Parts: sequence; C-alpha cells; structure tokens
Amino acid sequence: MFGYITRRLLQAVPTVLGVALLTFLLFNAVGSDPVRSALGQHASPAAIAALRHQWGLDQPLPAQFLEFLRQIVTFDYGSSFVTGEDLGTQLKSGALVSLSVTAPPFFFGIAVNVAVALFVTRHRGGFADQATRALFVAGMSVSSLVYVLVFQYVFAFKLGWFPISGYAQGPAAIAFLALPWMILLLIGMGPDIRLYRTVFVDEAQADYVRTARAKGATETVVYGRHVLANAWMPIITNTVTTIPFLILGAFLMERFFSIPGIGNLTIDALSRGDLPILKAVTVLGAIALVVFNLLSDLLYAWADPRVRLR
Amino acid sequence: MLFSDAVRVLWRRASARRCIIVLGLFAAVALCGYAGWLPDHEASVGGAQEPPSWHAGTLLGTDVLGRSVLFRILAGAQTAVTIGFVTMALSIPFGTALGLAAGWFGGWVDTAVMWLYSVVVSVPDILLITAISYALGKGIVSMCVALAATTWVGIMRLIRGEVLRHKAREYVLAARAFGASDRRIMFREILPNVMHLAIVVASLVVTSAVKGEVILTYLGLGVQDGASWGLLISGAAQDLINDIWLPLVGTVAAMFAMIYSLSVVGDALRDVLDPKLN
Repeated sequence: MFGYITRRLLQAVPTVLGVALLTFLLFNAVGSDPVRSALGQHASPAAIAALRHQWGLDQPLPAQFLEFLRQIVTFDYGSSFVTGEDLGTQLKSGALVSLSVTAPPFFFGIAVNVAVALFVTRHRGGFADQATRALFVAGMSVSSLVYVLVFQYVFAFKLGWFPISGYAQGPAAIAFLALPWMILLLIGMGPDIRLYRTVFVDEAQADYVRTARAKGATETVVYGRHVLANAWMPIITNTVTTIPFLILGAFLMERFFSIPGIGNLTIDALSRGDLPILKAVTVLGAIALVVFNLLSDLLYAWADPRVRLR
Repeated sequence: MLFSDAVRVLWRRASARRCIIVLGLFAAVALCGYAGWLPDHEASVGGAQEPPSWHAGTLLGTDVLGRSVLFRILAGAQTAVTIGFVTMALSIPFGTALGLAAGWFGGWVDTAVMWLYSVVVSVPDILLITAISYALGKGIVSMCVALAATTWVGIMRLIRGEVLRHKAREYVLAARAFGASDRRIMFREILPNVMHLAIVVASLVVTSAVKGEVILTYLGLGVQDGASWGLLISGAAQDLINDIWLPLVGTVAAMFAMIYSLSVVGDALRDVLDPKLN
C-alpha cells in the first residue's frame, strides 16, 4: 500500500515537471512581456531594466526555470507582480471564495442527479427517460454564457430578486451566489445524469438484480437499495477526481458574476501578465489533480476488494 | 461499415436527415460568405436599434450602429464554421497521428505521447486555452490553435486504445508477414479500421470550438472585429438592458441549430459506425 502510493507519486513527478515546463514556456518564453504591459509603451529604458531585474526576468531562461522549480518544491511562489501581495494569502482567500461558488452546487448536484438518473433508469425507454434526454441534448446545445445572461436578465434585472453581480463576505454572499449556484447546477445536470444513467443501466442488467426480483423485492427496493449500493463507488470515485476543479473555481461563473475567486484572479493575472499567479495556479492545480486521482484509485480499491493496486 | 454506407443509413432516418440538411445550410452560408455573396454585415441598413420589420435587412432589427442583426448572424455563422473547421483540421490529424504512433510503436514513443497527454489534461482547459491565446496574440488563428491544443487528447486516447486492440489481429499479422512497412501497416491497414472514431469525435471538437469561441470572445480573447456569434451575444447583453432581446434570441437560435444538429448527427454516426458502443 505504502509502496504503491510512493510509486504513484513518483510517476507523477514527470507530469508536474511537464506542466511546469509548459507553463514556463507559454508565459516566460512565448507570451507578451509583462514589464512592457506594466510600464506602458513610453517607459524609459532604465525603468524597464530596473523592473526586469526586480522581477528576476533579466536572468537567462534556464536560470529562471530553475528558480521556478525551486518555488514549486518549497511551495513559496513569491508575490504578485501587480499588487505585490504575498501569493500564499491571495490564493488562500481566493480558494475559499471559489469553494463557496462551486461546492454547494457540486454536492447538491450529486444528490439531485443521482436521484433523477435512478428514476429514469428505472423507467428507461419511458416518457420521462426520453423527455429528459431530449431536454439535456437541447440544454447542452446552448452556450453557458446564454444561461448567465438570461438568468441575470430575468432574476436580477427584471425581478430584482438577486444582485446582478458582485460578492460580499460572510452570510451576505448568499444573495450574490444564488444565481451562479443555480446555473452551475443546471449546466451540470445534462452530462452528469447521462453518465450516472449509463452506470445504473449497466448495474441494472447484473445477475443480483434478477435474484432480488426473484426473491420478490419491489422495484423501489431493487433500484433504491441494490442498484444504488453497487453503483455508488464508480460515481464517488468519478466525482473525487473533479474536486481540484472546485478549488480552482468556476472560471466563467466567477468572471461573469465578478466574484473574486481563483478563477477571476487568474484571468485578471492573464490580462496583466502577472506571471507568479499564473504559474502558481497551473502547477498547484496539476499537483491537486494528481493527488486526487490517486485518492480516487485508493478509494476504489478500499471499497471494492476485487481491485488490486499494482 | 463503409463511410458511404453509413451516410446512406443516416439519410434514411428522418431526425438525422433533418440535421444533415441544417448542417449543409450552414456550410452553404459559409461558402457564400467566402464567395462574397453574403450581404454586407458592416453596412448600416437603418437607424440604431430599429425594431424588426418585413424587409430582409431589418427582419431581426438593427444593432446600435444601425447594422442588420440578421446579416451579422449569417456572417457569424461563417465565422463559426471557419473556427470549427480549422480547429478540427488541426486537432483530429494531430491526435490521430499521435494515437497511431503511440499504439503501434509502444516503447518510448508511447511513453512520450502519454507524458504529453498527462501534462495537457493536468491543466484546466480554460486556463490552457486562455494562456495559449495570450501567448500567441489575440485573434481567430491563435484561438483555433488553443482550442485544438485542448481537444486532441480525447482523439489520441481513443485511437491509441483501438490500435492496441487491432495490433494483434490476423490482418495486421498477415500484412507484417508480407513484409509491409510500419508506415504501410499504420496508415493503410489499421487507420481505415479506426478512422470512424476520429469522425465521430470530430463532431464533438467542432461543438466545443463553436462554444469556445463565444466564451473566449466574451472574455476579450477571441474574435476581435468582424462578425461572430460571440461578439453578437456580448453585444446582446448590452441590448438586454434596453429590453431588446431579438439579437440574443436570433443568435442563440442559430447557434442552437448548429450544435444540436452536430450532436444528433454525431450520435447517429456513432450508432451506425460502431454498433458495439450501444
């Protein structure tokens, strides 16, 4: 077990290195010059040289990359180019905000989508199954931007139930978060229910279902107890791997609703050429992804003794 | 099943036929656009934000600058087809080639391709797309490259898996016994047998490219000038404040028609070409 975890983490090292290299190349070597975008077109050469030195951009590229690797290993990403704030505190507060956007619809969504998927599996081929399927294909054919615009127009602008955009600390945030929550829940329904339905349909054809029916179990018991109990594991392990994306935040929702989470922080950093934030977010995101993938596999092996970790 | 047979089977299904016709119409609009036959979408056809009237130019009203909303939606369709097509043309051959090579050669080639794969899937799509768009400069071409850079992974994985299954089949062994070269076996023997996967995934790639354009343009990274559905929807957000909703409805309807048709045709194509998947 311990050996397996160590091996998996070691296997992830080249991946994280690759992400670091990709990020570095995109931002340091190919991307536009952050010094120029910070100082504008008419800055004096001396000022440009000074800022370049302050940000360590006057070093040769390999030296800059080594410095980046040192930051990754020590988890010390320095401070933002633009605000000068320490990145650790900035990312921490951003992650909490992002979680407040993504976590409630995530957990509520699992409950709702599993319930709906179980229902349409039980009545598969029937009206509810066909109607929801058509609805989801139609729903997924509309840009998520349109959901945002329509929700903002109807519920915020016309009805005035919620503020159009913004954020507040503490319980007051709920008013600002209600619309993003609803939209995330709605957008997630189509793909998730389709996935869960596939899992449930697979299970519904298993021998134990026939046995349960032969014993005289009602359909509610067959689906609510037997199928659900067996299908839980693929569903849980599948959702565990998406948890890193909760912390990274829903980029688009944060952007459209001006919520100061990691997603918004990152897109701001992109437009300002704030390299430290971008590098920290991509690399930490990749590390989180690796860790949660491993966690998901461990969870699977723990829940299903037939699975052997090698 | 041969591809031409598959198309014939699709044509016999009413739902798929309707969707193929819709996609054909979009292709025709795009071709007309390239030929210069589409009405000028930059010309003003009336006053600012005129309500709709029974005239081709003002059927869906006009925008703030008095330009025809309908003509701009048509020009946006041309942009959408271009973006979908260019992204597909970059992503599908790249993913297919890497998948073929990784599956067939194995060894260090496979290790290298899988490493690249794991790197790309470890970065959130939206971050990679925006980062590449920034690095290459704003505009349609860099947007297509960015979209292709995130979509090739799916095709690569599918093709690689299929190649691994086909590798030990009799027809491949026979070709080998005849002394066929690696290149011949990969492209002439295996590729035709796995190609249907790439065709099915292509519809998904076009869908995500067309949807991606809207988001990227709204974020200021995509189409900068001209006409695109992303620009139209961004502009429509301003119109909504003045209770003008026709531009939004018109654009969304056009986009819906394209993406819905793509997913219906894509699903039907998968059913026909790969019955095992059911």
